[in-house]
Amino acid sequence: MMNVIWLVMLVSGVVVAGVQGNIDKVTTAVLHGARDGVDVCFGLISILVFWLGMMKIAEQAGLVEVLAKWLRPIARFLYPSVPVDHPAMGSILANMSANILGLGNAATPLGLKAMKQLQDLNPNKDEASDAMCTLLAINTASITLIPATVLGLRVQYGSHEPASIIVSTILATCVATILAIFLDRYFRKRARRKKAKR
Amino acid sequence: MISFIQSISDWALPFVIVAIPIIAYMRKVPIYDTFVEGAKEGFGTAVHLIPHLVAMMVAVTVFRESGAFDLLIRGIQPILNIFHVPADVLPLGILRSISGSGSITILTDIYQRFGPDSLIGKMASTMMGASDTTLYVLTVYFGSVGIRNARYALKVGLLSDFASVVASIVVANLLFAPH
Repeated sequence: MMNVIWLVMLVSGVVVAGVQGNIDKVTTAVLHGARDGVDVCFGLISILVFWLGMMKIAEQAGLVEVLAKWLRPIARFLYPSVPVDHPAMGSILANMSANILGLGNAATPLGLKAMKQLQDLNPNKDEASDAMCTLLAINTASITLIPATVLGLRVQYGSHEPASIIVSTILATCVATILAIFLDRYFRKRARRKKAKR
Repeated sequence: MISFIQSISDWALPFVIVAIPIIAYMRKVPIYDTFVEGAKEGFGTAVHLIPHLVAMMVAVTVFRESGAFDLLIRGIQPILNIFHVPADVLPLGILRSISGSGSITILTDIYQRFGPDSLIGKMASTMMGASDTTLYVLTVYFGSVGIRNARYALKVGLLSDFASVVASIVVANLLFAPH
């Protein structure tokens, strides 16, 4: 599906630009897109380095274990395939906490760490495991209690009631997250059934 | 209330970055060395992501800059008019799952044209806060560990994005529309 989306974006972009007579835009778009990709990666280096360092301290101090203990019931429900005392569980929970607090910058490194640890458990290294799909579903739906970026932008654009959107955001994000968890389960079961048939 | 919530989000991060080292130090963890050891992983992970993100960003930028994205919006608009969805919020709904920086541009454009406290402004804010850039998250998360087959993850991500767009429109209408 990723292949199809990628192809459709590229081909339709070039065709539309050609038909509308501004094919030159494609060339600049390629250059800009490639530069943006590298820029984002370099931007990530600093926060990745910092948060993975912090995470290591938290891990060595046993803080991740404490967090994992508190959130164990939720984790057991969401990630039945991950052993409760596996390090991946700690990272998953830290990622979730950062998302909830609206600390997007901290959430990504913790999520990537969790991904890496889930890959250790994954029998087929090319293919996403069930737990990886769940981690992704939860991160794309992004359970957020404090949408910090949006709040900041609203203040910047002179809003009289910047925080008025917090309740609506929580409601909408809850709907999306619950649905994401449900869909994840549904497609997982469907994939199992298909496999069993073969 | 607003300032209280604002200050929670302002204080959360500074609190975390002092609380972790203090507790660790009291538990006799060599914090400086531990930090450096953990931080080493960060650089490699980021560099590993470059090919994945360049591939994705090029496709997204070509799609948007060529005018193909606008064409898509124009195609869908008549359907949305039936459901009384404001046309101005539509580009954000679609671009939200594709491009993070692109959707911020549209959001600020909406703030400028309608004001952040208008119905559309609040609807757009809700949309922006309620979901994340699915294509980016998928590229970065799976790219970092070399997953080639994402199985059903993209489908789940995009469907839940759709749900969050619909939910944002409905919730904003219920909470903010003048009665």
